Amino acid sequence: MTAEVLVQGLVSGLLMGFVYALIAAGLSLIFGLMEIVNFAHGEFLMGAMFATFWAWALLKLDPLVSLPLTVLLLALFGLLVYHGLIRWILGAPMLAQIFATFGLAIFLRAAAQALWGADFRLVKGPLVDGRISLAGIFIGLPQLVASVGALCAFGLLYWFIRKTETGLALQATSQDRQAAMLMGIDTQRMFALGWAIGAACVGAAGALLAMFFYIFPDVGATFALLAYVAVALGGFGNVPATLLAGVIVGIVEVLGGLLIAPALKYAVVFSLYLVVVLWRPQGLLGRF
Amino acid sequence: MRRAIGLLSLALSAVLATTSTSHAQAPKEVVIGAIYPLSGNLAQIGIDSITAMRMAVELFNGKSDLNLPGMKKTTEGLPGLGGAKIRLIVVDHQGKPDVGQAEAERLITQEKVTALIGAVFSSVSATTSQVAERYGVPHMNGESSSPTLTERGFKWFFRTSPHDGHFTLAMFEFLKDFEKKKGVKLKTVGLMHEDTLFGADSGKVQEELAKKYGYEVVVNMAYRAKTTSLDAEVGKLKAAAPDVFLPTSYTSDAVLYIKTAKTLEYVPRMLIAQNAGWVDPQFVAEMNKDIEGHITRSPFALDLQAKKPLIRQVNELFKKQKDNPGGRDISEAPTRALTAFTVLVDAINRAKSTSPEEIRKALVATNVPADQLLMPWTGVRFDEKGQNTGVRAILQQIQKGAYATIWPFDLAAADVIYPLPGFKDKK
Repeated sequence: MTAEVLVQGLVSGLLMGFVYALIAAGLSLIFGLMEIVNFAHGEFLMGAMFATFWAWALLKLDPLVSLPLTVLLLALFGLLVYHGLIRWILGAPMLAQIFATFGLAIFLRAAAQALWGADFRLVKGPLVDGRISLAGIFIGLPQLVASVGALCAFGLLYWFIRKTETGLALQATSQDRQAAMLMGIDTQRMFALGWAIGAACVGAAGALLAMFFYIFPDVGATFALLAYVAVALGGFGNVPATLLAGVIVGIVEVLGGLLIAPALKYAVVFSLYLVVVLWRPQGLLGRF
Repeated sequence: MRRAIGLLSLALSAVLATTSTSHAQAPKEVVIGAIYPLSGNLAQIGIDSITAMRMAVELFNGKSDLNLPGMKKTTEGLPGLGGAKIRLIVVDHQGKPDVGQAEAERLITQEKVTALIGAVFSSVSATTSQVAERYGVPHMNGESSSPTLTERGFKWFFRTSPHDGHFTLAMFEFLKDFEKKKGVKLKTVGLMHEDTLFGADSGKVQEELAKKYGYEVVVNMAYRAKTTSLDAEVGKLKAAAPDVFLPTSYTSDAVLYIKTAKTLEYVPRMLIAQNAGWVDPQFVAEMNKDIEGHITRSPFALDLQAKKPLIRQVNELFKKQKDNPGGRDISEAPTRALTAFTVLVDAINRAKSTSPEEIRKALVATNVPADQLLMPWTGVRFDEKGQNTGVRAILQQIQKGAYATIWPFDLAAADVIYPLPGFKDKK
């Protein structure tokens, strides 16, 4: 194993980690806000990827051009899911909430296959394609753009949550629902907003991912699993921590594969997760 | 009380009498259960296979002059069973061994199927065939290539297709032939395989045969199927730099491999794939130039239709099927399903009965000649393990965006491209 291969692995893992983090951000936000785990999160991602694909295939829009549209579409879809499903199960037992989002996941996956077939699709010849080479290290340009895009999205999200009044209201709702209500915050509106933003994040991730990953009804499942790990690793509901956790997952995945064995790379990721959860059940940067 | 018992026994004997007479008569329909992946990663392969089998059902139930096993006939239905019609029950196993097991159980106990066919994934065929074995129901298989499946000594499991022992043998025979013909020297091989039964078995047999044929295995790695990243795997390949790279992957991972290899600029001198992802028609169309020169093992080649008009006839029919949007050419997977299915129906017809034991006997006695096959095999004859002994593997290479047969050299339609050209649109 040469140093070059290791550095290459680190770079690839880092780039992929940013994308994992952005996928996990939406999940983390929703959980922090209302303590509901969205099991259909991977299918939201799949939806965003298909939206990007169809914008490219039918309207000849490049993934980067259609990205704002995809984000908007997913935000609307998030609202729809909140008002159509989640709102009705807020007070329900946890098991009912799990079944509701899990059922939604199965429905979305089956619907995608029924509508668009079971073929693997690819966005061919995107605006940003190919790769650059720096001192023998290859960096895929779509991956690079996706990482930068993910970081920008994180910046925006952070700014929105920490600096705007609505963002502060969102935080207040997440910290103490009752108190927020007493302060005159419309928590229902905040919940809906949380779903819209959460879905928008995964929309951005899907659009960026579609530049270099295959698109398929089942594609979300694998990413969702890593997103759950990132959320728990970083700390439930802590959005910046999710960024750190996503990057850790991305890097550990590649290094585990290179240094131990590819067959065990997810074992390494999940072992790390177990260790962290045992040592700090609240996650790396979780406060409570 | 006594009267009641008398009535009851009368009723019982009446029921018994009717069942025994109906048993003596030929059944009106033969129910066959098809267990295929209709959702999940291999859904399209499952859908195409079912399309091919539905087409065969229509031909069997009507009249046909196609020279497929048991199909050339002037009467409707199965002549051996007094014109009985076939009814196909299709179920989805989602690529999951446990779902396959439950569905096999349900098909046998609830739907009372005469025989089972399936299930593409070796891992799923392993569980469905266990159920069939327990209930004593014939289980036909046309796609699963894990050698283990026919090494378990099952009485009810039959496989028409070559397994990865045959296929891998072909790969190394080809390498030896190729080295001799071209005067090149290939010394090392690298293996990468997914971690279900299919990949694990393929990796095992490849490692054994590489040693036997005198090639050094410089890297041998299993990876998690349906992974989100193959960066580590391709990194290891780059570091080990084998002359010949032998991947075993289903479509999703095959796509990811090509994308990653392109980004990291990894090009082995030769790539021979263990089928699966590499023969998915959509994969070939989408990857196009990026897989120019890639070789795969295959039991079927569309370009052999010049030598076998039967392939063209079947392909024309397949393209017209309503479940085949866009009229795609028949590919490897549906051809394998069609072959297995026609061999099974032919055996049921020869058994002249839907009794499992009679069908099993007919399957054991199967002797389909080469001219009734779409495959370049010498025929279909099952050994005591249920494996077809008439199999023959061929190797094909992507040349100008389509597969061309390159080995055995006597069947070859094209010369071998060597070494791999690599990725064309470099930046």
